[in-house]
Amino acid sequence: MRNVAVIFRREMAGYFATPLAYVFVVIFLVMMSVFTFYVGNFFARGQADLQPFFTWHPWLYLFLVPALGMRLWAEERKSGTIELLLTLPVSMLEAALGKFLAAWCMIGLALTLTSPIWISVNVLGQPDNGVILASYLGSLLMAGAYLAVCSCISATTRNQVIAFVLSVAACFAFLLAGFPLVLDFFRAWVPQLVLEGIKTLSFLAHFEAIIKGVIDFRDVVFFLSFIAFWLYAGAWLIDRKKAD
Amino acid sequence: MTAMIDVQGLRKEFGHFTAVNDISFSVEPGQVLGFLGPNGAGKSTTMKMLTGFLTPTAGRIHICGIDVAAKPVQAKKKIGYLPEGAPLYAEMTPASFLSFIGDVRGLKGADKKKRIEQIVEQVQLQDVWKQPIETLSKGYKRRVGLAQAILHDPEVLVLDEPTDGLDPNQKFEVRQLVQQMASDKAIIISTHILEEVDAVCNQAMIIARGRILANGTPKELLALSQFSGAYSILITSSLQSTVSASLQALPEVASIEAAPEGDELFRTTAFPAPDVKLHEVVSGLVHAHGWPALEIRRESGRLDDVFRQLTTEVGQGGAHA
Repeated sequence: MRNVAVIFRREMAGYFATPLAYVFVVIFLVMMSVFTFYVGNFFARGQADLQPFFTWHPWLYLFLVPALGMRLWAEERKSGTIELLLTLPVSMLEAALGKFLAAWCMIGLALTLTSPIWISVNVLGQPDNGVILASYLGSLLMAGAYLAVCSCISATTRNQVIAFVLSVAACFAFLLAGFPLVLDFFRAWVPQLVLEGIKTLSFLAHFEAIIKGVIDFRDVVFFLSFIAFWLYAGAWLIDRKKAD
Repeated sequence: MTAMIDVQGLRKEFGHFTAVNDISFSVEPGQVLGFLGPNGAGKSTTMKMLTGFLTPTAGRIHICGIDVAAKPVQAKKKIGYLPEGAPLYAEMTPASFLSFIGDVRGLKGADKKKRIEQIVEQVQLQDVWKQPIETLSKGYKRRVGLAQAILHDPEVLVLDEPTDGLDPNQKFEVRQLVQQMASDKAIIISTHILEEVDAVCNQAMIIARGRILANGTPKELLALSQFSGAYSILITSSLQSTVSASLQALPEVASIEAAPEGDELFRTTAFPAPDVKLHEVVSGLVHAHGWPALEIRRESGRLDDVFRQLTTEVGQGGAHA
């Protein structure tokens, strides 16, 4: 665990040594506001809740999270530092976890900085703060799930653009896994049992359950095990394919 | 087992391509082993396997008695490694980068601070200590890479082309650094600069197409050269044909080679027949004829000659290999 903390600190320092952290946070906040206030009609609805805010999270993450996740391993491959990192006395999983947690923390930071909207809604009315807290938690978990997928895809290439495009596509598929758009694609050639399995992977279904204010243990477990799976898959892939 | 690096039957295949083909060797403390070979010979691939970055297709590697495949993290603790091209985190400064390496290597507090100060002194990074690595010159980047490799005072040091792309002064400094550390460590250096082997290595290995072609001290490798044991006479051009003819006539001389040196001089080199020493024969001949020789020289072997001889033989013999 000590090594995870060391990698985590280096990654975090890396985000703030470049404009990356600032650009990401600012764009994150601007996009969130635009969608909440203009598209979501936050004020016109006249209700003291953050529904118009959270509704857009799955869609905004579709682009924002791959933008952050694409560099995780692709950049290390491109610059050759992967050889440096993986010949240090650090296990593959420690490296993957440290990197993931740092990027997740960046998203968490950006999400924390949206708190003025929570304060406003409390000034303007009496919202159910339990629901809001649950929604924040759900949003962070979902972002982690996106990020884990991106991390795994980033591990397969040295080209960040490829990592980004593939990550967006993969995240989109997971987002809508329970919907006809994705299910129809599989229906023709996978057995019913697998189809049911795919249905349960839908981020949107799990997220919407959480933002209704019901933190179901199963939804939390779903996101956490999803993250664990993709992190492990990424670590395994790098272990198999380090040279190029 | 006293060897710090022990490699047995190492092999690496990429698809159908065999990059490293059954390599075995060992390195003991105090030895500096030079990997010599043309580009693509398998030097870097071997080093990547030694340091646990690549997994061998077959064979065993022990670092200080630790099996790299079974306990990679423990083995990596013993090794300092400078990868080819010295990759570094570009956005970090030497200060933050070496602090990170210190953390990963388990150095703490005052100990870490002292060790970093020592290294900075040793590789002279004071001037660029707080500058982002991406803004540094190639020489400074290489020094940061070296500092990173030796920070934890490793027992085994693996340096992949440590002087590549450096200017002559920087090369000299790096070689000095390696020599300073050589006494108690096992060091492997890869290079395609042959002078480097003479300068720092006490053991050398010529590799081509993934195989070891020669392994020995630099002296032993030099003895493989056709120039080893040859003598040459430097004389004015007008006498050249007489000298050549007389040398050629000697039964001890297998063949001669003559080449002009400047406008007025000629150098004639005589190669000995097998198991013959030429020194008395040649000097006797010069004195007997009273030739005004400007120089009689014993040729030492030339490493580049051995290198070319060995590595091109493989090229020709490659079809049935």
